[in-house]
Amino acid sequence: MPASAIADGLRRIGGGTRRAVARLGFAARFAVAVVLHSPEGLRRLRLTLREIYFAGVLSLVIILVSGLFVGMVLALQGYDVLQRYGASESLGVMVALSLLRELGPVVAGLLFASRAGSAITAEIGLMKATEQLSAMEMMAVDPLARVVAPRFWGGVISMPLLAALFSTLGVYGAYLVGVKLIGLDAGAFWGNMQAGVDFREDVVNGIIKSFVFGVIVSLIAVFEGYDAKPTAEGVSTATTRTVVGSSLTILAADFVLTVFMFRGVGA
Amino acid sequence: MNRSSIDLWVGIFVALGLGAILFLSLRVGNLLTTTNQEGYRIEASFANIGGLKVRAPVKSAGVTVGRVDRIRLDPTTYEAVVTMTVSREYQFTRDTIASILTSGLLGEVYIGLDAGGDTQMLADGARITKTQSAVVIEKLISQFLFDKAQSGGGK
Amino acid sequence: MIALAPLASPTLDRTASIAVELDDVTFGYDRARPVLSGITMSIPRGQVVAIMGGSGCGKTTILRLIGGQLRPQTGRVLVGGRSVPDLDREALYAMRREIGMLFQFGALFTDMTVFENVAFPLREHTELSEDLIRDLVLMKLNGVGLRGSAGLKPSELSGGMARRVALARAIALDPMLVLYDEPFAGLDPISLGVVGQLIRQLNDALGITSVVVTHDVYESLKIVDYLYFVSGGRIVAQGTPDEVRASRDPFVRQFVDGEADGPVPFHVKSASLAEEFALDAR
Repeated sequence: MPASAIADGLRRIGGGTRRAVARLGFAARFAVAVVLHSPEGLRRLRLTLREIYFAGVLSLVIILVSGLFVGMVLALQGYDVLQRYGASESLGVMVALSLLRELGPVVAGLLFASRAGSAITAEIGLMKATEQLSAMEMMAVDPLARVVAPRFWGGVISMPLLAALFSTLGVYGAYLVGVKLIGLDAGAFWGNMQAGVDFREDVVNGIIKSFVFGVIVSLIAVFEGYDAKPTAEGVSTATTRTVVGSSLTILAADFVLTVFMFRGVGA
Repeated sequence: MNRSSIDLWVGIFVALGLGAILFLSLRVGNLLTTTNQEGYRIEASFANIGGLKVRAPVKSAGVTVGRVDRIRLDPTTYEAVVTMTVSREYQFTRDTIASILTSGLLGEVYIGLDAGGDTQMLADGARITKTQSAVVIEKLISQFLFDKAQSGGGK
Repeated sequence: MIALAPLASPTLDRTASIAVELDDVTFGYDRARPVLSGITMSIPRGQVVAIMGGSGCGKTTILRLIGGQLRPQTGRVLVGGRSVPDLDREALYAMRREIGMLFQFGALFTDMTVFENVAFPLREHTELSEDLIRDLVLMKLNGVGLRGSAGLKPSELSGGMARRVALARAIALDPMLVLYDEPFAGLDPISLGVVGQLIRQLNDALGITSVVVTHDVYESLKIVDYLYFVSGGRIVAQGTPDEVRASRDPFVRQFVDGEADGPVPFHVKSASLAEEFALDAR
């Protein structure tokens, strides 16, 4: 009996792995197809503009408000620690570097995944469940070009802008707390920040990170939507998968990118 | 939501986003300061640089005049060779002393330049000969203990 | 000025006497369980033909084979004289411009108004001016009696109205063939009659060919020219409405009279009662 139970368990693990790998293969094929169909979809810019509206503009409020508060909290906590070592004038650098390198892209990415990514998945999944994608196909319109590619690019374009806005509001929030509330010298705050933040090393790398996260979230979102089971339950499962999957992928990718980007800093 | 208002909002969004990137580059970052201030490079060797890092400031009399570009180890002398860029508006004499300093006990490590009385100035690519290495606290302490032990033993 | 008639350059032979032909078609998602086996039917031009059968008998699969969304394992599928499985993507898309399809619940694009839904195929496949598109769309909507609802969103429509808008959208490009997937499902009797009449009228007025997949036998008998009965992936009976009404075939009788038990058994295949309840053990 136990032998057969073990064999059964192994079989289940094997089957699960097989399915997961096959799904990954399908996702890769899908990603290539989306990119190949992009020129067709981008030709009509209006479709992509519309998706920038849904992915970017509608995420503005949550991004701006979160950025402001994250910056203010960072300033409060940072000041508490820094002033113990008499380094409170480095508050600006600390906040700016944390935001530009890590928090801006990562937190904006996570918020983007739950705000825009889930919406994209739900929309595409629902279109699939109600046969709208099939109908489009039968009208000789490729859903990859008409529905998927614009949403993908809308997300990819929106994400770096959102991350930059998040960081900007965060720096402003830190300024409010550090200079206006705590009473640090404004000149030292901005001066030290400028002296400690490098354009190429910190700003550009942050933008690259947010771009990569934009690709990750958008791709997962459109894929999960397109691959959703065409039922109400399937769409809700797919939406959850988008949020969980893209959040974990963002964090993992962030680690890898950080290793590559900032490894040389200490040398 | 009709087309023109979508266009308007997307326009506002993109403008805001690009503005934010500009703000981060210019106000938060140093894009303006690095591109505007073409500097000249000078080198200096130190026996020990302590915690000096690339992009650490180069200061003279407390004023930041440049930045550390590169740190490497000279394979023959086993000394650290630091390359720094100094802003063109500041000229330093050839007998300038470069020291590795720390602001406060735990503050950032930087290079301090103390100009001497020479009439000739450092040119691009020149090397500072007079340097003072970082003070390594562990070495100071062990030196102190060693001295104590020796004087104690002599008694 | 762009001519009105050829909205999409025709690739299908609109004069062929047989619009759709399936010849010994077998299809299955896996080899062991074929969904369809040995399906042969020919649908003459200008007719309304119904494919009837219980739920899950493979009716919709036939439509997907005709539309080229699926490929048969064996056999031929011809639409307008061209073999559908052999078309490459471009040719397939060219063919689909001449096929309209009405999906089960309309499948209207929920983010567009009724007007934009009907205009969608015109905008995608033609370079017509905005004025011309407006006129064409309103004409199509008028044809289904919904010109006054052009500005509504699909969520504001009743089931029957949504079906009619989808019908207007399906005929927007003046197709030669319209496929209907369960056009009567979930409609009240009035809407059902309206949709049935529209299928017939549009077919005759526009000179198209219609294939209706449905399980609604009464409505079909009123409007169609010919019926196929599909069960278990095979064609089990066929004939004109009169032949069907007069038929003594047990399957047709069960289907038309709506009997619970017959050639299609009430009980799904299962272990015998005796085994299931362990009767012989006592």
